[in-house]
Amino acid sequence: MEHFILTVEHLTKHFGGVAATVGIQFQLRQGELLGIIGPNGSGKTTLVNLLTGFVKPDRGRVIFRGKEITGKPPYKIAEMGIARTFQMVKPFYQLSAFKNLIIPLYSSRVKRLRGGKYGDRDDVAIDLLEDVGFERDSWVPYKVASSLPHGYLKRLELARCLALRPDLLILDELFSGMSMSEVASTLPIIEKLNAEGLSIIMVEHRLKELFRIAHRVMVLNFGEKIAEGAPREIMESEAVKAAYLGSEEEG
Amino acid sequence: MKFRKERLDRGIKVRCEDIFALSSWREIAYLLVPRMLPVVALLLIPLLKDTIGLYWEKVLMITCVIGLLSLSWDLMASVGLISLGQALFFGAGAYITGFLNVTLKLSPLFTIPLGTIGGALFSTLLLVPVLRLRGVYFAIVTLTMPLLLARFIETTKILGGTEGMSALSPLPNIWVELYVPVLALLVCLFSFRRLISEDYGLVLQGIRDNDRAVMSGAINIYWYKTQAVFISGLAGAFAGAFMTHYYRFVGMPAFAMDYSILPLTAAVLGGVGTFAGPTLGAFILIPLSELLRAVGTLRVVFYSAILIVCVVALPEGIFHYLRRKYHQFERMVEVG
Repeated sequence: MEHFILTVEHLTKHFGGVAATVGIQFQLRQGELLGIIGPNGSGKTTLVNLLTGFVKPDRGRVIFRGKEITGKPPYKIAEMGIARTFQMVKPFYQLSAFKNLIIPLYSSRVKRLRGGKYGDRDDVAIDLLEDVGFERDSWVPYKVASSLPHGYLKRLELARCLALRPDLLILDELFSGMSMSEVASTLPIIEKLNAEGLSIIMVEHRLKELFRIAHRVMVLNFGEKIAEGAPREIMESEAVKAAYLGSEEEG
Repeated sequence: MKFRKERLDRGIKVRCEDIFALSSWREIAYLLVPRMLPVVALLLIPLLKDTIGLYWEKVLMITCVIGLLSLSWDLMASVGLISLGQALFFGAGAYITGFLNVTLKLSPLFTIPLGTIGGALFSTLLLVPVLRLRGVYFAIVTLTMPLLLARFIETTKILGGTEGMSALSPLPNIWVELYVPVLALLVCLFSFRRLISEDYGLVLQGIRDNDRAVMSGAINIYWYKTQAVFISGLAGAFAGAFMTHYYRFVGMPAFAMDYSILPLTAAVLGGVGTFAGPTLGAFILIPLSELLRAVGTLRVVFYSAILIVCVVALPEGIFHYLRRKYHQFERMVEVG
């Protein structure tokens, strides 16, 4: 018997006359890693915003662990266990890296999961940073966020999500702007989280890396789902090739 | 031979946060003197009332009241709410205090605390629906709130209408009049500074810098904004509650624009976000405006000119500037 952690039904959102997403449907199994790809402007980020409550859908439903979360505010959805990264990283620049994690650690969700005790948030924060590849015995976790390179900020964003101990992690273009070596060092972290049973949705432009770790890939174009399947099937799909090449010609 | 000025920053972080700070009397003094000096001075000034004169003691009192309002402004700014209406807190606290004194004949010992809490609660309830607004939109709403309430009282003639409520109980003596605002200011200043450096304060500042990231951290930002407004409301409403019993009168001037604009100016002049800055700002603005009474009608011109020069020359605020200089060595080094 399969257990679905997330069910999305007919999700539709229009911005004025523009259809950002049209009747999107999919399901996510517990522990699955779903990749979402599509050309620029195909509605990937809107979909993430719809799932996490930052945008309210015109139509459709989102069901997370058997409960409808459509139209709930972002903090409630995060409280229920969906954590997301933002495509444009915007950390709390004047705070040191580990202090950035204090804010999610202050939430009632973390308090609940830790059995009413926060413990020392600073220590928890340093542990989390180590998990995403910050060198523990260096100055890096203590540096002000504004002085960190982009790759570290992206991983800080990941750590901010992990601080919530999420049940579902949504990564919105985590790899964009990362160097090859940064991607290479971050990829195993995500694989490890997934292997430990965390369900993950990855919106990504780096197809090669995504196809290597995703169990299933969904393709969006002009707000519609045009294909869904195992990475290998998607790679060979004509419709997907057309969508990507088409968008390149326009660009 | 050419010289160049070289600047070195002392290790502020190390000095303040490590055991290092306690390693010698010099280090302890380095940290304590700038904090204790103003505290001691503030506590001593009321004692010298015979030498300074009652007039300047009253100026000190008004300064503390405006200082409280600017602290209240700064706390709201820390969570990203730019207010143009601190008079709302002041007026709400003032009217509730006056009302309790007139109708229930309660003594100031009870009306001031009740007015403080009641005023903060009332203003918070008024502002809750607009906490979703940001930046200039929020500012405009706060600007209109005190005006709206003043007109409401004027037209409905409740709470004394345009006449206000007078002949309220006086404060017991001059020491209460002087020490209560001084102590309130100090308590407020140090507790706000403490609050903002706690984890709770980090959440507030996070909301100011990036509310979406805080929201996705499973934190209800509106609840935290509400709490911040209530805490700033306490400081502002206390100022109003106190002044009601000092003047023995409460009326529509309690919602005057002065109580909105002066705290804002003090905060901008002194340095936003430090709490010490806005307090310092109030201690420059109010006495300065009194000193300028000597020049008669040109007072406002001088006052504005000094303000403009300060803001242009030190846009970061006087306190930020002083703090940086305090932690800096300067020396001349030979070049070439």
